[in-house]
Amino acid sequence: MALKIDHVSKKLGTFSLKDVSLEVAEGEYFVLLGPTGVGKTVLLEVVMGFHSPDNGRVLLNDRDITDVEVDKRGIVYIPQNCPLFPHMNVFENVEFGLRMQRVSPASRKKAVEKMLEIMGLEKMTEVMPATLSGGEKQKVVLARVLVTEPKVVLLDEPLTSIDAETSRSLRNELKRINHEFKVAFLHVTHDQIEAFSLADKIAIMMEGKIVQTGAPNEVLSNPIDEPVARFLGYENVLHVRLVKCEGDISEVSVAGIPIKLKGKLESNAATIAIRPEDLVITTEAPTVSDEWNSLEGKVQEYTNLGPLVEVTIDAGLMLKISIDKRSFLELNLIEGKHVHVSFKADSVRVVSLRQV
Amino acid sequence: MNWIRQKSPFILTSTILGVLMVLFLVIPILGSIGNSLSGLPTTFTDTRTLNAIFTSFYCAFLATAFVFILGVPFAYMLVRYDFHGKRFLDSLIDLPILIPHNAAGLALLSVLAPTSLIGGAFRLFGVEFVDTVFGIVAAMAFVSAPFLIRSAQEAFGSVSFTMEKTARSLGASNFQVFRHVTFPLAFRGIVTGCLLSWARAVSEFGAVVILAYFPKTAPVYLYDVFEGLGGDGGLKTALPISTLLIILAIVILFGFKLATSETTRLVQ
Repeated sequence: MALKIDHVSKKLGTFSLKDVSLEVAEGEYFVLLGPTGVGKTVLLEVVMGFHSPDNGRVLLNDRDITDVEVDKRGIVYIPQNCPLFPHMNVFENVEFGLRMQRVSPASRKKAVEKMLEIMGLEKMTEVMPATLSGGEKQKVVLARVLVTEPKVVLLDEPLTSIDAETSRSLRNELKRINHEFKVAFLHVTHDQIEAFSLADKIAIMMEGKIVQTGAPNEVLSNPIDEPVARFLGYENVLHVRLVKCEGDISEVSVAGIPIKLKGKLESNAATIAIRPEDLVITTEAPTVSDEWNSLEGKVQEYTNLGPLVEVTIDAGLMLKISIDKRSFLELNLIEGKHVHVSFKADSVRVVSLRQV
Repeated sequence: MNWIRQKSPFILTSTILGVLMVLFLVIPILGSIGNSLSGLPTTFTDTRTLNAIFTSFYCAFLATAFVFILGVPFAYMLVRYDFHGKRFLDSLIDLPILIPHNAAGLALLSVLAPTSLIGGAFRLFGVEFVDTVFGIVAAMAFVSAPFLIRSAQEAFGSVSFTMEKTARSLGASNFQVFRHVTFPLAFRGIVTGCLLSWARAVSEFGAVVILAYFPKTAPVYLYDVFEGLGGDGGLKTALPISTLLIILAIVILFGFKLATSETTRLVQ
């Protein structure tokens, strides 16, 4: 295990990290995903040694580093909006770590030149940071870190303040680096696209606690509770009661409206969640099999989200549906229009069971 | 000038007030120069005047060096670390600016006189403060320290904590971070602080005259001449000396502006 965070707790003012444990395997791209302000940065700063934990340990390759000085840990931290040293040119910035570790000038030069070439920065050695673009700066930041050959790199929201296009190319760059250098990444972010496009493994953090860990698809399709479901974009979270179970289909109801879901419900009530992109809107009644749900309703409102439109349908219960712009225009979904909504029984996720 | 064409009463009033302000500052200086042109050549070659100016410059340099050594680490500590009594200490720094300077001189005299505990202890090592260069330096350092400390604080404060954390995680020790990142980035602000502190020290009269009347610094010598303590007194004799000091100040001011803009260019 490259990095192990073992039951770490830390209280800082009114905020606290509560018994956080996670393991990042060698060369793994681990993403810690959670809303803003849940303690992701504090956790990274504890791992880095800027705060010592009240309880618990931090281990690097099975060695306890909880009390090791920041600069002796062998972990490198890329904070949010990571600055380059403004008084040093690109070469000097990349050289910094090796220089601090007293690597000889000749080996330093060789290593830095090689790294600049890998990152496509070889023509910029003399350039001062102030004249670099956002994307170039991030590349220099990465080069500066990688040249020190760290075992683990901590990244705090590295793509947040960058435009969408640069962010896309940097995502690819991060993935490439992760594979080529076999370096383990612990990347914290609130951005799901960032998380799901990069992660080998994801942990969800809420209010100072890790609430769910797993492979990206597993986490995305099985949110552990209502807050996680909402955070992961399940816009339709419903509290339902069991009506009956038939075969591997359970029928539940909410506000008198029946909904079929896949699997046998083990309790008489539950919280279910449906993603807005799993619902289909049609103007005619659809011909669907038994494994589909079909409801009728009218368009309550819609919000334009650029390429997508989020439509709220009043079908006795409010359902949020996201459809692409072209379908939205073709269906002519003006407010008050009568429509049909259908979704497959297996797109309904049971988030938690309850008893009533 | 577009802003005059706008004919805003506010801008017009501000302009008139600004012109009056500038006149108030410039007329006495021009008057001093104009009224002492004939006496200037002899002042330029007068050994007593030149000695006094040298004493001032030299002692102000020593005072600034003293404050630099003690004050810069202190400023860094105040910016970067939290501890009990920090705010109290921080407000103490401004005290020398508020105390009347002859009162500061008396306060220093009370603890540095050979009969006092501290003064007596220094005397054992052959260091005396009354009427010596040490006394001048102590008085100058006392009144000029706030300028350097405040500038250094501001300069260190402008270096982000994130920048230091980044450097630490790249393998730099606390001292390496200070030496290679924080200090170079704060350098310009600290140099400005040194020059301000030096300028304040050079012009100090009140504290110096009480602790160390001798060797005479330029402001003390000027006062002596004006009072006629060394022969003919009055405005006519003193004015060329004061003009010389003003000219030097102007040269230093512009040199200072040039030097700081040069550092800015180099840093950028």
